[in-house]
Amino acid sequence: MSTWRNLKNVFRSNRVNDEIDEELESHIAEAVAKGRNPEEARIAFGSSLRHREASRDVRIGAWLDSLRSDAIFGFRQLRKNKITSLAAVLSLSLGVGSCMAAFRLIDAVLLRPLPVANANRLYEAPRHAVLKDESFTYNSWSYPLFKEIRAGVKDQAELIAASEAEPMDLTYKSDQDVERAQVQYVSGWMFPSFGLRPKLGRLLSESDNVQPAGHPYAVLSQSYWKSRFGEDPSVVGQTFRMGDRVYEIVGVIDGKFTGTEPGKMVDIFISVMMHPGATANDWGWLRTLVILKPGAAVQPVRAKMEAITRIFETQRMNGATDSMPQDVRDAFLNQQVWLEPAASGASELRTDTRRPLAILGVLVILVLLIACANVANLMTAQAAARAREMALRVSIGGGRWRLVQLVLVQSGCLALLAAALGALFAWWAAPFVVGMINPPDNPARLLLPADWRVLGFGLATALGVTLLFGLLPALRASSVNPVSALKGGEDPHSRRRLMHSLIGVQVAFCFLVLFVASLFVTTFERLAHVRTGFSARGVLAVNTVTKQPQPLEYWNQLVEYLRRTQGVEAVGMSDAPLLSGGNWSNFISVDGNPPNGVSTYMRRVSPGWIDALQIPLLDGRDFLPQDSQPGSVLVNKAFADAYFDGKSPVGRRFDVVFSGNDHMHVQAVGMVGNVRYSDLRQPFVPQLYLPFRILGDNGKVQDMGSAELIVRTSNPNPILLSQFLRDEVPRVRPEFRVSRIRAQAEINLSHTVRERLLATLAVFFSIVALLLAGVGLYGVLHYYVMQRRREIGIRIAVGAGAANIARIVTMDAFVVLFIGSLAGLVLGMASARFMEALFYQVKASDPAIMVLPAAILFAVALLASIPAVIRAVRIDPASMLRVD
Amino acid sequence: MPPKTDALQGSLDLLVLKILSRRSRLHGYAIMTAIQDISAEVLRVEEGSLYPALHRMEEAGWIRAEWVTKESGRRARVYELTAAGRKQLGLEESRWKTIAAAVNRVLREA
Repeated sequence: MSTWRNLKNVFRSNRVNDEIDEELESHIAEAVAKGRNPEEARIAFGSSLRHREASRDVRIGAWLDSLRSDAIFGFRQLRKNKITSLAAVLSLSLGVGSCMAAFRLIDAVLLRPLPVANANRLYEAPRHAVLKDESFTYNSWSYPLFKEIRAGVKDQAELIAASEAEPMDLTYKSDQDVERAQVQYVSGWMFPSFGLRPKLGRLLSESDNVQPAGHPYAVLSQSYWKSRFGEDPSVVGQTFRMGDRVYEIVGVIDGKFTGTEPGKMVDIFISVMMHPGATANDWGWLRTLVILKPGAAVQPVRAKMEAITRIFETQRMNGATDSMPQDVRDAFLNQQVWLEPAASGASELRTDTRRPLAILGVLVILVLLIACANVANLMTAQAAARAREMALRVSIGGGRWRLVQLVLVQSGCLALLAAALGALFAWWAAPFVVGMINPPDNPARLLLPADWRVLGFGLATALGVTLLFGLLPALRASSVNPVSALKGGEDPHSRRRLMHSLIGVQVAFCFLVLFVASLFVTTFERLAHVRTGFSARGVLAVNTVTKQPQPLEYWNQLVEYLRRTQGVEAVGMSDAPLLSGGNWSNFISVDGNPPNGVSTYMRRVSPGWIDALQIPLLDGRDFLPQDSQPGSVLVNKAFADAYFDGKSPVGRRFDVVFSGNDHMHVQAVGMVGNVRYSDLRQPFVPQLYLPFRILGDNGKVQDMGSAELIVRTSNPNPILLSQFLRDEVPRVRPEFRVSRIRAQAEINLSHTVRERLLATLAVFFSIVALLLAGVGLYGVLHYYVMQRRREIGIRIAVGAGAANIARIVTMDAFVVLFIGSLAGLVLGMASARFMEALFYQVKASDPAIMVLPAAILFAVALLASIPAVIRAVRIDPASMLRVD
Repeated sequence: MPPKTDALQGSLDLLVLKILSRRSRLHGYAIMTAIQDISAEVLRVEEGSLYPALHRMEEAGWIRAEWVTKESGRRARVYELTAAGRKQLGLEESRWKTIAAAVNRVLREA
């Protein structure tokens, strides 16, 4: 209470003075009224000014009062040097703002715990295998295996199955109004295990997890309920159609829970029993999350999960692994199960961006430090100009601590302004960066609240920064020697040395940022122009589904119809677009020999598919409509290299080995060019293409319920044709419906999202860093010229040329630049090792990568030194020597 | 010449609190004269230093101040004891008694 009154009094200090004066006056008046001599009463009372000061200190608090005057003085100083202060505030706000934005991202993706009851006991369970010095970590499990593991560890832990959240097309009323929602398949007992409660209706439970395909019920997240239905309470009981099923909405979750994957906000939850892979033992589609029971230890649970997994996989392979090479078999069967804390959830975004986000963090800290060095330099230069003022303060009795406080308060004013501006910057920048992570088709959605964590972080940064750049000038100011300073003779070199070393540090950091940026830009460039083996130009992937599986003939009619459509150049079908997941691989056995351990990646395609993607036919022929499975296959060039020593296998017969050691006898009818199968970075893999015409055991051709129509259009922006195709497809046969349309070019682009993000951010921060370093150098050189103007004047007077003067002015700075760059290079080489995994076909030791940052830095330094040199050369010796 | 304020060192608070506990709503001058009158002019408060002490006690929450307008039309700041002040008075009083007793013992027995 008393501190509060002190604080209040600070801002009404004049009134406090008046009150005290009035009270003291009334005392004397009283004395006079009592008959004392006015003169005598005043003398007896003593110095009223002294009493007033004493009372005032009591009522305001001496330190608060001085703080107030320091703050006012600090702001006045900032206002006086508008340009300098503006540069400092902007430098700093860029630094602090970048830090806050980075923190918001890192917090949202990696740190913030899920809003569930037992986040601290939540783990994710990825599998880990090592093959030929390469390690693979993946969290994907088949449901039958998951069920066995759950039963095996049920005393120590509860397991939760959750599919990867995916955007799905669904319709609420008419089949024509297709809309998209983020859907996640989860085990029904997830809701009670996480302690989630319904806002409306009911949530799923154990009893919704019994019968495969038997629980068509959906639970909505609260945010979806709000955005899609405007919190309409009658939503419970409504139905929607998704794929070939109708689901009933049974409830809405109460609270902020939007799934277990940061980066994706799930709209609709459905029981895992409804997933098409619920009974398949060879389809790994779900992520396993583990909630340890209180008191249970991690290690035994992990070991048990691993043991169950190994037994399951051995049985599943049914001896098919016996013929594999030893190392492949070991890698497959000796997979480890890891348990990793996942309090904040588990997602691909998390795993993929952990390292990029760490790099982002380091970059922004470097930028912040560069900004700090700038501000410290500007403050030092300012302090030099104020040396006399400081000396005067010391001589009239200003304590050392008092001077430190003065300078620190001024830095504080600066930091406060910068933090406010920075917060604005972060408020804008964080969603902007999230926007850049987004593949256009599958946007990442992050909750980015400006909560106490972010504010606390911003405040801590501002405070830390104040100490960082305020303390140095403060200590220097306080150690001023009044006698020499008032005579104007303080050693100018010590201050310059300090400024130069700060510039050196700045240059080193700047070089580092540039170095990293050029590595990421090169990576992105190389990856964006990597040869994919097919043309994505004008190509659409049209996912088409039917309510009931339809005869292949009808599908072929649909393809034929589209081929004749205006603006369409070629059409083919496949089970999934290239580079979009749905990986599927098997071993190959040639001439009855055991498989050699090299996997072949499978894709099912129709006649004309290679034409739609303009994949070259190297030998043999494309599929014909009568080619069927088992029977004919297409292979790629890498396949020939892997199994036939590079010779064309066209006409050769061999076996495809499926899980469970089932063999399928096939003949290659054609060899096509290599294409990127699932990833742009991977080398070309052996591939085998199967036809859509599948002959069942009874000799009948199997019906199909979905396929990906690959449509090449003449339109460079093919996505414009989406609505047209949505309308056209049901026209052929009303059973057909378009579920999802993607441009192949966008699918390709989504593989470079991370690289584009890193490259863009790195370039952005390089520009900021260069700007800051340029301003810093300019300031220092300017200060340098101002300080040595008399000496320069004399030099000019005795006949020094312009080149000579320029050399004197810039010599030291360029030496510092050189040393700083060298240090930056060493730092860069050392740090590149930690980022190697993110590079593509570029090495830190490439000469171009090393020279480019140096050249840019040098150019900026040259630019920054021009004004100072001009000023120095223009010094008029006559007028300069006349001053003082 | 009456004794200087040295005799009062550290006991000004006690005296002010005591006076205010007997007579409420006194201004500074009245407090000063009360101390002088009751002590038969033995104790004299240095006039100016009374006010910083009053303000300090006010900050501490022991006394409360209020502006009143007197018949003469002049404004005066009057003080009264708070509950915290009453407690503080008890403390100070017992402290003073302890010290006085100790000093007396030394005078008696040394």
